[in-house]
Amino acid sequence: MTSIDTITVQLDGRPVPLAAGTTLATLVEQLGHAPQGVSTAVNGLFVARGQRAGCLLQADDAVLLFQPIVGG
Amino acid sequence: MKNTLNDDSWHVGDITLHSRFLLGTAGYPSPQILHDAIVAARTQVVTVGLKRTLAAAGDNGFIALIRQALRETGARLLPNTAGCRSAREAVQLAQMARELYDTPWIKLEVVGDEHTLQPDPFELLAAATQLVREGFTVFPYCTDDLVLCRRLLDAGCPVLMPWGAPIGSGQGLLNPFALRTLRERLPDATLIIDAGIGAPSHAALALEMGFDAVLLNSAVAQAREPVAMARAFGLAIEAGRTAWRAGVMAPQDFAVASTPVGGEPLLLGAAT
Repeated sequence: MTSIDTITVQLDGRPVPLAAGTTLATLVEQLGHAPQGVSTAVNGLFVARGQRAGCLLQADDAVLLFQPIVGG
Repeated sequence: MKNTLNDDSWHVGDITLHSRFLLGTAGYPSPQILHDAIVAARTQVVTVGLKRTLAAAGDNGFIALIRQALRETGARLLPNTAGCRSAREAVQLAQMARELYDTPWIKLEVVGDEHTLQPDPFELLAAATQLVREGFTVFPYCTDDLVLCRRLLDAGCPVLMPWGAPIGSGQGLLNPFALRTLRERLPDATLIIDAGIGAPSHAALALEMGFDAVLLNSAVAQAREPVAMARAFGLAIEAGRTAWRAGVMAPQDFAVASTPVGGEPLLLGAAT
């Protein structure tokens, strides 16, 4: 049962419960990523590193994190 | 007398490059082999990608050794938008790549067909137009369609990257007529053959035809000896470029004797 103080976001397509009021910057930190180690998007839109602290996550937000990989 | 064969640099914006070999980093047997292939290729541009973190499951140290190779060689990163199917997706991913890799360079890929991975010309042009407006240096992976290429140049792309053949197919230059036409009709454009090159001879041919550079990945990564193959491609690209600058002779349908015997029949006389 979801508490009133908890929201669920879709993180890379998987449901993840978060405390209400969690920012994108906090989520990145909680996941163990250095701020410069990932790029982020919420609901399909890029959120720049400097804007994460002001990005308050809402219930059902779709959060994507990207990291460097090899490529052709 | 000035030897014009000595100065053979090329440019992307205000960046001067000397190597005409752009190398992809996917599919190598190990990070160390990738590192050694980058060094052996003497490339100055290395492509990389982005992936969702939960799907990536770590990269086993590949990115760290790519960065080490770049420090050793001075090569630059060219992130791609692989996997994008729409202009909107590609624009968002390009913005993430710019932040993550700290470069405005972007290899713009927007796939329009799942079987051939053929670029979608309409979405590609839309994405390129927006990204150029946002200050990106856009390297569009495109087909060999002349009109599309013109539109991409008009949009502000400083480089075009027409395919030689579908990605990873190793089939070489499937449509030499279209590629020759591109080169002839866009004489001032910087044209890089991207995708489909399987053998060093394919790369040499591209340079002999006047293309400015080639970008390849699988042909090196999937070789039995990737480092040796990187070296082989480097030599072939240098040979092809030098041949183009030296002037490849025009083929003709008749024989021309190369030994100057004076036009008279050479008769040794009948044996007695």
